[in-house]
Amino acid sequence: MQFPIISIIVFTPLVAAVIMLMMSKEAKTEVRVLALAAAVFDLILSGWLYFQVYANPTTAYQFIEKVAWLPILGISYHVGVDGISAPMVLLTGIVMFTGVLISWGVDDRPREFFAFLFLLAGGVFGVFVSLDLFMLFFFYEIAVFPMYLLIAIWGWKVTREYAAMKLTLYLFIGSVFALVGALAMYYANYQMHGVLTFDMLELEKAGFSSAFQYIWFMPVFMGFAVLGGIFPFHNWSPDGHVAAPTAVSMFHAGVLMKLGAFAALRVGIMLLPEGAKQWGWLIFGFAMVNVVYGAFIAMIQTDMKYVIGFSSVSHMGLVSLGFATLNREGMIGASLQMFSHGVMTALFFAAVGMVYDRAHTRQIPELGGMSKPLPWVAVAFIIGSLVSMGMPGFSGFVAEFPIFMGVWQVSSIAAIVASISIVITAAYVLLVVRKAFFGDMPEHLEGHITPIRPLDKVALVTLCLLMITLGTLPGVMVPMVSQGVENVLRILGGA
Amino acid sequence: MSIENIIWLIPLPPLLAFFLIVLFTNKNKALSHSVGVFAAFLSFVGSMVVFFRALGIHEFGKEIFASSIEWLPTGTSYLKIGVQIDPISAVVLFFVSITILMIFIYSVGYHNYGQPAGDHDHKGLPPHGATVTDEHGHSHTVLSVEPMYSRFFAFLALFAFGMYTLVVSDNLLTLFVGWEVMGLCSYLLIGFWYAKPSARDAAVKAFMTTRVGDVFMLLGLAYLYSLTGTLGYREIFYNEETLHMLATTAAPLFGMSASGLIALLLFIGTVGKSAQWPLHIWLPDAMEGPTPVSAMIHAATMVSAGVYMVIRIFPLLTADWHHGEPLTTTLTIVAFIGSFTALFAATIALAQNDIKKVLAYSTISQLGFMIAALGIGAYVAAAFHLVTHAFFKALLFLGSGSVIHGMEHGVMHTGDHHVDPQDMKNMGGLAKKMPITFWTFVIGGFALSGFPLVTAGFWSKDEILADAFANGHWAVFATLAIAALMTAFYTMRQITLTFLGEPRTKEAEHASETPWTMTTPLVILSVFAVGYGWVGIPEHFPAIGGLMPNWFHHFVGATLLHEAEALEFAWPPLLTSLVVALGGLGLGWFVYKDYKAGQPDPLEKPLGALYPVLQNKYYFDELYMALFVKPMNWVSEVFTPAMDRNVIDGILHFVSRSALFIGHSLRNYIDKPIINELIGDGSAEVVWKAQAIKVIQTGRAQSYLLGSVSAFLVIVAVLYYFF
Repeated sequence: MQFPIISIIVFTPLVAAVIMLMMSKEAKTEVRVLALAAAVFDLILSGWLYFQVYANPTTAYQFIEKVAWLPILGISYHVGVDGISAPMVLLTGIVMFTGVLISWGVDDRPREFFAFLFLLAGGVFGVFVSLDLFMLFFFYEIAVFPMYLLIAIWGWKVTREYAAMKLTLYLFIGSVFALVGALAMYYANYQMHGVLTFDMLELEKAGFSSAFQYIWFMPVFMGFAVLGGIFPFHNWSPDGHVAAPTAVSMFHAGVLMKLGAFAALRVGIMLLPEGAKQWGWLIFGFAMVNVVYGAFIAMIQTDMKYVIGFSSVSHMGLVSLGFATLNREGMIGASLQMFSHGVMTALFFAAVGMVYDRAHTRQIPELGGMSKPLPWVAVAFIIGSLVSMGMPGFSGFVAEFPIFMGVWQVSSIAAIVASISIVITAAYVLLVVRKAFFGDMPEHLEGHITPIRPLDKVALVTLCLLMITLGTLPGVMVPMVSQGVENVLRILGGA
Repeated sequence: MSIENIIWLIPLPPLLAFFLIVLFTNKNKALSHSVGVFAAFLSFVGSMVVFFRALGIHEFGKEIFASSIEWLPTGTSYLKIGVQIDPISAVVLFFVSITILMIFIYSVGYHNYGQPAGDHDHKGLPPHGATVTDEHGHSHTVLSVEPMYSRFFAFLALFAFGMYTLVVSDNLLTLFVGWEVMGLCSYLLIGFWYAKPSARDAAVKAFMTTRVGDVFMLLGLAYLYSLTGTLGYREIFYNEETLHMLATTAAPLFGMSASGLIALLLFIGTVGKSAQWPLHIWLPDAMEGPTPVSAMIHAATMVSAGVYMVIRIFPLLTADWHHGEPLTTTLTIVAFIGSFTALFAATIALAQNDIKKVLAYSTISQLGFMIAALGIGAYVAAAFHLVTHAFFKALLFLGSGSVIHGMEHGVMHTGDHHVDPQDMKNMGGLAKKMPITFWTFVIGGFALSGFPLVTAGFWSKDEILADAFANGHWAVFATLAIAALMTAFYTMRQITLTFLGEPRTKEAEHASETPWTMTTPLVILSVFAVGYGWVGIPEHFPAIGGLMPNWFHHFVGATLLHEAEALEFAWPPLLTSLVVALGGLGLGWFVYKDYKAGQPDPLEKPLGALYPVLQNKYYFDELYMALFVKPMNWVSEVFTPAMDRNVIDGILHFVSRSALFIGHSLRNYIDKPIINELIGDGSAEVVWKAQAIKVIQTGRAQSYLLGSVSAFLVIVAVLYYFF
């Protein structure tokens, strides 16, 4: 038996969470150290996994582990990675690592905080590697459930209960629709082949009828896409960002939203390809609205977190848009965008969190001149801005350029309309940079802005370097992603 | 070292300088500018080596310098990026390296290196001057050093990196990288004095306006790449099959061919970058940056990039079209925008009083000449004008900076800070105070006006007019001729108001010549502003034609697959050139020679109601505000939040209230009265809780989960019966 690297990656945070809960309430530092150790360990393993896939990109899943769990119902523990999920696993490792670093200062019940955060991380890892539909749902719910507690307990006092509720509600209802669709597939497969199985590789080959796919594609795709912030079910997301503590925002925008898009691809498009072709236009339309609409709203927000929150809606719209093109360029771009946006938005929320912790406001008009006391944050935020504007040389360009290529092939008008968002993005990020980081510092803040911790710097530098690396050397990710996309195209073509 | 390696290295010194200055030397002014100037010098040397090596090659163009590396694996092949120098990029490299080096040297003097730190200077504001006491105990106000001196050189170095990258790249992707780097630097430099609200606004305006163009360019690149699978010049522009394929493929929009649409999309990028109508509005405002260095970037070098790009994509623009045939849709658009901009901007320049604004509009107008030339297929003429314009416009901008610097000296002397040192009405008689600046400015101005035979501007502008005439593009010919007349007129107006006559203010009386770091670049550039024209004298020109071979035509023309033929000589365009240049200059001098302080502008009366329109730039800023900015904000502020907060959230809240209402009803009308009665277990506390839940619009998790789970059970039940 080969080394079960994926299982170790998935269960490390879960085990760490359990250990943390068993530790003493007073052992705050010990909890943090354990969290950091687990995060570093997972980061190293996910990095190693990534480079294994990088060295040997294939269209097939790798590092597969399969153990029958409930054979009677056709449920097995079945995990593996391909070119699309390996970057996502790495992304989760990175966000987990940087999230722990910048949460070092959490002083209110850090034991529970880190435990829930790790529960969340374990769930996210699990979804990205699941090859069994049942396991996917299992991990999916594990990932969503701690969000409620993390936001409601450690969140921003003003809106945390409302936001936590809203988020949970949207996501659970979405997942219920998807689950129903999954059960439909499960039974349809049973009826056709007489085999009860949740195995996604088996279900891929089931050959569901066109009518079946036509009915079930939308519930499944949209059910997951809710978590990806698709219009008109995006509204929980900015509210959730605003209310969440910094590390949770990073997780939320950095990986959790990718979970939605990823699962929509894996379950929606890959298991119901015929449905995807029939409904592609509608998804395309929703995603178009996402892209432009999110950008417009972001432009007039005065709360920095709302700006970033709505920009996530807009940028995640590009992911959905890329997948909805169902062509090579669009899907490669969308997969890259998931990674690029994950890193970028984690950086944004980290930076905003650092400003907020010191200035105690996120209102852009009340801020100013932060570049002087917080030069590292300012530079990091500017780099993030360049990524979000799609500047060449940064990861955003590498991701958005193929998306626009793919979109152009589907509809040139759509490409032109969607490109408006690039201009608007430049407008709102520049506004934040100009007003919050330059401009005049309000007098009451003068002298109260303390410098950031060395650990914060490590987190910021890590995230910035990743975006620059992918931007200047896209060869580190594009080949494996395109192999993963080949597999999707094969399914789409063969259906 | 092979020549290809040198080309790879050309953009690097400025990039290294940028990091060095930002990371290490930013505290030390002398070290920072030394690093910057040295980097610019290294790139300059590299460029010259490459340029002269290219000159030495027989039939350069068939043979070129090129080298590429594999950058992005795309399935079976690689997206390559690389460098290449062919004739056109060689001549562009030549003028770019000279002007960039000049900017660096000039900046040392312009930012008052060696002067004391200001008394009240702040970062983000222009220096206000310092008070010093001499050995006799008298105190003077003198110019003070720029507080963000090092940062300026860092930005300038990054800018140089962008420009060099753009020029040496062998594909549109790295060209776009350089393009965007410059866009960013332009933002940073225009907003350099970020504490000035006007500078901040101008920076954002410039960035956003050019961004609009860039987005279309990006789409053009995406379309081109998806059709050809490459962005390399060699693979697309020098491959007849690809060009033919693009010209015969139908594009999804406007019934155009793919080549036409791609060229149009890329051209919109140029419209933004080279400030052509209707995206011209950012350039005059860009003069808010440190005078005149950013002005020069926005006049001589960066805006040239837009024209350079159109020159590069010329084979695509003219795919399956031959010089002399009726224009295609795209070519007509290009020719129209170019000639319209040339005339339109020239009219605005007539009524501007700010010395830099006149030059800014003149830049827009001259870029229009080049674009118009490309639109009618006059490839070599456009390239020629690009080079000569870069030299004389750089000269003029640095000259205007020198004038302003001299005037600021006068302002320091009188201490009256209300006098605008950039307003030409406050000047006059500076010729005697600043002789070097004066003579070089006259050379630059005459070159811009196209003063016959001597100046470079004459030869390049004449070639454009001759081409328009020869191929029967009368509208373009007439428009450009009128624009040229106005150019000569406003240039002479500028020279007369600034340098001739008597000083009109005390400040002008006390103006003084600027230091050698500023005047040396002026002298060097004026040599090129005259001499560079002689390399492109048409062979069939009367008397002097053929004395020297038309080097420029042969050299640059060899860039194309099919070298353009030299035009037959014709008298009408030459006479037109002579008349408009001399007539405009003479008229300008005649009208403004007796201008006295406080008088209204002599043009005000004859132009009547048109004059304020010109002065206000045809109200384009106001128009765009009303047409685009306000509606965009309106959509953001009214429509989207209303949609988001009222409709979408409204539905959600309605659903949650309904769910609570149902729960409440079940409890109060069924559970309590009926079931409780039967079981007999009523609890006041539960009732109280149920009502408390209602108050919070989204309630408690449990009830929602209950709702979801029940919904889920219902659906499962339904399913169960279905299957």
